[in-house]
Amino acid sequence: MNMLQRRPAPAITLQLLACLVMVVLPHTPHLHPWIWFCFGALTCWRAMAALRHWSMPARWLRLLLALLVFVGVYVTYGRINGQQGGIALLVALLAIKLTETDTLRDHIVAALLAYFVLISQFLFSQELIMVLWLAAGAWLVTATLLSLSHPQSALPYKVSIRHSAMLLLQAAPLMLVFFILFPRIPGPLWGLPSDSGAARSGLTDSMSPGDIGHLVTTDEIAFRVTYAGNAPPPDRSYWRGPVFESFDGRTWRQSADYVTGNVAGLSSRALEPMGTGVEYEVTLEPNRQKWLFTLDMPVQVPADARISRAGFVLAKKEVTERRLYAASSVLNYRLQSALPESERQRNLQLPAQRNPRTRNQAQAWRSQGLTDQQIVNKALQRFRQEPFTYTLQPPTLGIDSIDEFLFDTQRGFCEHFASSFAYQMRAAGIPARIVTGYQGGEFNELGGYYILRQSDAHAWTEVWLQGQGWLRIDPTAAVAPDRIELGLSAALPLGESMATALARRTQEGLWRSLRLRWDWVNNSWYRWVLAYGPELQEEILGRFGIRGWGNMILALTIMGSAFLGALGLVLIWRLQRSRVNDPVQNLWLLFCRKMQRQGLARAPHEGPLDYAERLSAHLPAKARTIRRIARLYIRLRYGHATTDPDERALREFRQAVRAFSAG
Amino acid sequence: METPRWWQFRRRAELRIYKWSTRRRPREAGPVLIHRRRIYIVPTRMGFIFGFLVFVMLMGSMNYMNSLAFVLTFLLTGLGLVTMHHTHRNLLNLRIAAGPQEPVFAGQTASFRVLIDNASNQDRYSLALHWYGDDPITYHDVAAGQKTLVELNLPAPQRGRLPAPRFTVHTTFPLGLFYAWCYVELDMHCLVYPAPADNRLQAPPSRGKHGGRHSQHSGREDFAGLRDYQRNDPPRLIHWKAYPRNRQLVVKQFADPQSDTLWLDWATLTGLDTEARLSQLCRWILDAHRGGLQYGLRLPDVELPPASDENHRHRCLEQLALFEA
Repeated sequence: MNMLQRRPAPAITLQLLACLVMVVLPHTPHLHPWIWFCFGALTCWRAMAALRHWSMPARWLRLLLALLVFVGVYVTYGRINGQQGGIALLVALLAIKLTETDTLRDHIVAALLAYFVLISQFLFSQELIMVLWLAAGAWLVTATLLSLSHPQSALPYKVSIRHSAMLLLQAAPLMLVFFILFPRIPGPLWGLPSDSGAARSGLTDSMSPGDIGHLVTTDEIAFRVTYAGNAPPPDRSYWRGPVFESFDGRTWRQSADYVTGNVAGLSSRALEPMGTGVEYEVTLEPNRQKWLFTLDMPVQVPADARISRAGFVLAKKEVTERRLYAASSVLNYRLQSALPESERQRNLQLPAQRNPRTRNQAQAWRSQGLTDQQIVNKALQRFRQEPFTYTLQPPTLGIDSIDEFLFDTQRGFCEHFASSFAYQMRAAGIPARIVTGYQGGEFNELGGYYILRQSDAHAWTEVWLQGQGWLRIDPTAAVAPDRIELGLSAALPLGESMATALARRTQEGLWRSLRLRWDWVNNSWYRWVLAYGPELQEEILGRFGIRGWGNMILALTIMGSAFLGALGLVLIWRLQRSRVNDPVQNLWLLFCRKMQRQGLARAPHEGPLDYAERLSAHLPAKARTIRRIARLYIRLRYGHATTDPDERALREFRQAVRAFSAG
Repeated sequence: METPRWWQFRRRAELRIYKWSTRRRPREAGPVLIHRRRIYIVPTRMGFIFGFLVFVMLMGSMNYMNSLAFVLTFLLTGLGLVTMHHTHRNLLNLRIAAGPQEPVFAGQTASFRVLIDNASNQDRYSLALHWYGDDPITYHDVAAGQKTLVELNLPAPQRGRLPAPRFTVHTTFPLGLFYAWCYVELDMHCLVYPAPADNRLQAPPSRGKHGGRHSQHSGREDFAGLRDYQRNDPPRLIHWKAYPRNRQLVVKQFADPQSDTLWLDWATLTGLDTEARLSQLCRWILDAHRGGLQYGLRLPDVELPPASDENHRHRCLEQLALFEA
């Protein structure tokens, strides 16, 4: 019977089970508890079966289990493909596989599936820390596979651990060669499941009071920016995100054409750049949205994206993986100096019947005969002069939220200011809209880039004035100029900033520098490893004159074969060299040669003691010396040489062998 | 479950290489050094499954454009390639030599002892020896600088010298993805004695210096041992005490100091064919040896003078094994 069809030792089965549990463990957050229960129960059962030599369950029972799992995953996740459902199914089926893992071959297949579980981890996270898990996981599974090719008895852990580490270390250079030279193609090949990628917080497609206030308490990174030239000053670095034009009295939303996805682009004539552009590269964290943040106002955008009607950039697909893109913007511009009537109407729309006090005041300004510009100034002046407070903990607002904020509470965060300002403008007959995005950022001296976090999320307004087009007005700047110049924590009341995650940002010294360094490492990790795709590959390999798939594959073949050849030579060389480096064996062979000259060659199967006895019989005069040499040889050869290098015995052995003469 | 033919890649490759290599290499006296030119290597079925898995991973990595997935995929690719070297090296520079062989009787199983000598500083794991076409029974580890004796069993139906056929030394260590093997055909033989004849067949041989004297129980002075009961033995010589233990009748034999030698003579066995005669002689030798008697062997052209030691027994049986009419 073939070895593969036999049942391996129980210890080997247990090792495989331990390996599978370890590999599945990091999936815990993505797995429904019942799947873990199922997996855990079957693993325990399999362990018992190995120890007690139970036989595997009947085929119909396994099929029933598999069917139940399919139904269960479908009920739990609503699908059996997709990222979450797929992983759940993989783990559950792996558990069922255990109930038929009887022969050595089944064990090996299960171990190979463990590699598959391992790779699926990276769909959820590709953080730098995952590299450690990759190494540890690959090591673990490889060590298990190694034990499986030693099926009769369990290989000592020390051997399998050391051997697999050595194999992986030798495979690592090949991995590098493949990683760099294997031709990358723009993906995806067959489309991604809709739930792919990692879940993250960020700006959403609507804005209600409190949304951004809630968002800024997280310290997560939204994106990082590297400028090609000088960075613009803080009061000009507004990162434009989704624009909201529809208001229902409480929540600002994107207008209908954005929701249906049937949105027009911004015509090139609508934007008149004034002054030179700013070029930069953005590393955007995945946010499951289509918009790409650009500096206000974008002129050059990535190929798979375009500038939409309201002036923010929309990509073709949602950003589910960290994404690197280059863009350029102009800081001074005139946007839509001629506003189509439909857009004008859209940006004047207000829900009827609400917020009477605000409406009355706006209409009063209008009836005073003030120009649009004067009304804007009047509203901003009101924010400056009345006791408005910029705070993360505004009181909750009732049904006439704008009235209550403007006349009663007067405490709010940027969305309160922006929302009420836009409302006032629309009430006065001036087209106005809300722009959300990020403002400010933290500079990382080490990497020369800016970090924009969720705590830099911001909302401001744009008003359309005759002859000037859309004009950015940031009411927050009127209330809390420090927010714009120095960032959020400087603008908030002292107690509030310390109470939040923002506290960390204000700290100086060692902690901050360590944090920025770590961020730089992470950014480089992303910039050079995770973002290594078709474009970056072309750029980097192009510098070495390797262009096109043909050359890449040629270079890959040459370097791969060269490394493999060299490795083979080293392995063989080390094997041959070993004889030279073994003084005990060399001395023993010397002794054997001396005896051979006397016609007393050692038979190949003869152990040292047998040989010594035979020699003593032939040379009774030398019997004592011969026996002593054999004893010393055995002690040096088979004694615990690792724990006790026994230099003295070796010296004695050397003297005895050298001095020995049979004649 | 029968595996389809196309799936038996390894077996087919091995068969082809086997046919090809038989033409190249004669039997060797040994010890045989497994040189790298002697080692063949092909992927195992698990190797192909591993390759398929890596391919699927590659497709997945490309689809998701996931760099860490690429890293793992390529790490496994590298692992697969590196392990080929290690499987190859697991056999490399081993010395294979014939160990001491024990003779057997025809109809028994000959076990050829083969010595695996690992004179390197690398431990070798999961080495298997098997006759070509058989599946290996056991796997052996040979630590650095150590030797291991491995037994290869082969049925020995006929007396004579049984030459060891070609055998395979193979390994799939470390990951079971590759199958490396080499053929060794050591010039080693197992001596096969004739099968001892059934006891009841023939009366015991004659005693005395000249043979032919019918004096099986003439000398009663010294008890010389026991032998199996024959039909004509007088009942008083039966060793009754031994019956319950052995379930077989044995008779006491007494050595006569004047004529204490037993001649086992080919010529006394008439009416039998050669093999039956040899079997009978073999039985007598065994009985005489067990009885501790002095015995000599007479064959048509050989005569071994009487003796009673282990060596003598072997020499006698060897004569029978290699007897040619």
